[in-house]
Amino acid sequence: MIKHRLFWPVVALVALLLGNRIVTPGFFSVEVKSGHLYGSLIDILLFGAPLILIALGMVTVIATGGIDLSVGATVAISGALACYIISDQANQGSVGGVLFAVALALVLSLALGLWNGMLVAWLGIQPIIATLILMVAGRGVAQLITSGKIITVNSPPYKLIGGGYWLGLPFAIIVVVVVAAITAVLVRRTALGLLIEAVGGNAEASRLVGIRSRSLIIMAYMFCALCSGIAGLMISSNIAAADGNNAGLWMELDAILAVVIGGTSLIGGRFSLAGTIIGALIIQTISTTIYTAGVPSYRVLVFKAVVVALVCLIQSPAFRAKVFRRRHKRPPPQPKAEVPASDSGDLEVSA
Amino acid sequence: MTPPILEMRGISKAFPGVRALDDVSFRLLPGEVHALMGENGAGKSTLIKVLTGVYTADAGDVLLAGNPVVIGGPHQAQEAGISTVYQEVNLCPNLSVAENIFIGRGKVRWKQARARAAELLTRFDLDIDPALPLGAYSIAIQQLVAIVRAVDISAKVLVLDEPTSSLDRDEVARLFAVMRRLREDGVAILFVSHFLEQVFDISDRVTVLRNGRLVGEYETGALTRATLIGHMTGRVLEALEELHAPGEHAPDSAQPVLRAEGIGRKGGIAPFDLTIHSGEVVGFAGLLGSGRTEAARLLFGADGSDSGQLSIDGKPVTLKSPGAAIEHGVAFCPENRKTEGLVEDLTVGENIMLALQAARGWVRQVTDSDDLVRRWITALRITPSDPDAIAGNLSGGNQQKVLLARWLITQPKLLILDEPTRGIDVGAKAEIQKLVVSLADEGKAVLFISAELEEVLRISHKVEVLRDRQMIAELANEGLTPERILATIAGGGTGTVAAEGAAQ
Repeated sequence: MIKHRLFWPVVALVALLLGNRIVTPGFFSVEVKSGHLYGSLIDILLFGAPLILIALGMVTVIATGGIDLSVGATVAISGALACYIISDQANQGSVGGVLFAVALALVLSLALGLWNGMLVAWLGIQPIIATLILMVAGRGVAQLITSGKIITVNSPPYKLIGGGYWLGLPFAIIVVVVVAAITAVLVRRTALGLLIEAVGGNAEASRLVGIRSRSLIIMAYMFCALCSGIAGLMISSNIAAADGNNAGLWMELDAILAVVIGGTSLIGGRFSLAGTIIGALIIQTISTTIYTAGVPSYRVLVFKAVVVALVCLIQSPAFRAKVFRRRHKRPPPQPKAEVPASDSGDLEVSA
Repeated sequence: MTPPILEMRGISKAFPGVRALDDVSFRLLPGEVHALMGENGAGKSTLIKVLTGVYTADAGDVLLAGNPVVIGGPHQAQEAGISTVYQEVNLCPNLSVAENIFIGRGKVRWKQARARAAELLTRFDLDIDPALPLGAYSIAIQQLVAIVRAVDISAKVLVLDEPTSSLDRDEVARLFAVMRRLREDGVAILFVSHFLEQVFDISDRVTVLRNGRLVGEYETGALTRATLIGHMTGRVLEALEELHAPGEHAPDSAQPVLRAEGIGRKGGIAPFDLTIHSGEVVGFAGLLGSGRTEAARLLFGADGSDSGQLSIDGKPVTLKSPGAAIEHGVAFCPENRKTEGLVEDLTVGENIMLALQAARGWVRQVTDSDDLVRRWITALRITPSDPDAIAGNLSGGNQQKVLLARWLITQPKLLILDEPTRGIDVGAKAEIQKLVVSLADEGKAVLFISAELEEVLRISHKVEVLRDRQMIAELANEGLTPERILATIAGGGTGTVAAEGAAQ
């Protein structure tokens, strides 16, 4: 079990949760209040929902050997467009109007992903540069949509996406579960995952077996942008406002971190969806810990950095080997250490 | 005779399982161009790496101008006056030409450096701007700049490791002009090249290695192409079982599986004609760098051809990508397993399924993949027989079998195998040869490329002979001997006008 590649990410998550349980006794309790589930664990899932979505998109892009820095900007654009359309409607509570806004925001997100994918797959621009363009320009686009202001909306159907409940569960959690399930089916029940891993693992060999890597790469960026778009809807819905400047700010870094903590290499190739979700949960748990444990705001960044460093160290085989050896396996000094290898080999055989 | 500037005496070097150099001696005189020749695995690069301090020899001495020296690393080699210019230019393309010439050489007054660089370049008739980034110039010019740099660090010995492999004819002439000038200045040049013509053109003496041993040291003028090739290849006897005698195959039908007419690519391979029938094994024979791989890649669409016409089963086709070739039933096992064949992170099973799955597209996952994979693992006796083993951990022979399984699963009409037995042990080698023969018996067409002539002759029905990026002859394998093929390679003078044009 210890060799399973999800073992250490799970250990890190459980350790974080247990640590919280010690500091905050009621941390694991989940109550039903007026038909809705409440509790710290539910909060982690709810507030972690956008990050999980973005990380799922990010891991498919990273698996192709790329990276997408523009996810935060896409979050901002998607939320801004949806809020702009809804705020323009006479009846903000109309379900049809909200669906229209959501659909348009997601179509725009897909177009942004197409742009990223084309730059990478057709023009051969390095992914980090190609997506940097949208990372910078995207915030400008979001502010253009909102005319530089924060657009607020008062729309109960829109509020459902990020802040509402359905069947006693936060709607956002349901969305994440559905998206994750669809992704898992697409990736593992078709050959999509295998082909993506082949392209990320050895691009030239993939070309020589006839894999059409361009369309695969474009699909990965479009999927990543779609996930970011949904996350953008959640975030803006939750605060009932679109903030082109701050929505999704630095989320690309959290998403990349979630992927890496989840055991997927930035080089590309092999990737793990489950690991990525666990990685995102670890990061969200850290954020939640900061609030529940009452870490003063000026210590938040340092606290987060220390915990992330610890999580990474736990997962490093080299680090574990060093600590393990020092604690348990220091061999007693042997006077015969100088004996040449061949001689000692003979001794072992005869013994 | 002038005393040698560089002498290597009794050099031996072993790697785990391989004796790369066995008691090799070598002498380099001042003011000569000395070619170091040998087939793959002869020990040329090992000898050069010992000379430049990349490897430490297990035994033997290196003498510079009569004094024994110990070369601990590339930097020490340079200080001792031995400079090396490698096949891939190892300068910085983003720095200027002048910076590249002077960087890493202690304190540099950059204002004067540019003037000094201009002066050096003029001396070598190089009309380039020292202020421009090196990357603005062709590989050939970059190589010359590397040589200028090496010589300016007061090189007494200049090692050129396959400098001409990516140069066209004019660029080679330019390089040779510079080499001749250096020779006049008394620099000793060690030259490694696979192009026989160039060796005869530029070198004064030749040292030949084979299987890590010294064959001999010769005056170039006293050698013919045939004797040189004889020294290089020798006769390698192998403990392989006899396969049924090839040559008895009569094509089943007049309609070939593949017909190439005038297919060629500039800088790759001159236009050539080729037909392969079903049930036929066609061998490509030629020395390293003769264009074997380049020709095969055109037939698979791995590179685009810029002339000629391909037909498969009598229908004209254009292969714009490997995917198109696979659709037409062509399969290709590339020469370089690790970089072009295997996806090392993936499992054995996944690697085997890759080509078939790519052909089906991502939507339709191959349903009986587990059965297929198991069947082929058993059929080809891949060890470990675990489909979930990571492919990168397998031995070379088993990796090659994984790649064969990958293609056999797609049931190709034509199987192109580029050096399928290179670097694998004798047992696996025999297994793969047997497999090729039985595939042909089942009616597949096979194109078999190997540096080992014996192997090509053992299983091919006919042999295409290549030299210097041209296909120069087609020989039926009836009573054909390695000597006869080597004589054909050495024969020369059969290049057509069209071939001359495309080799440029």
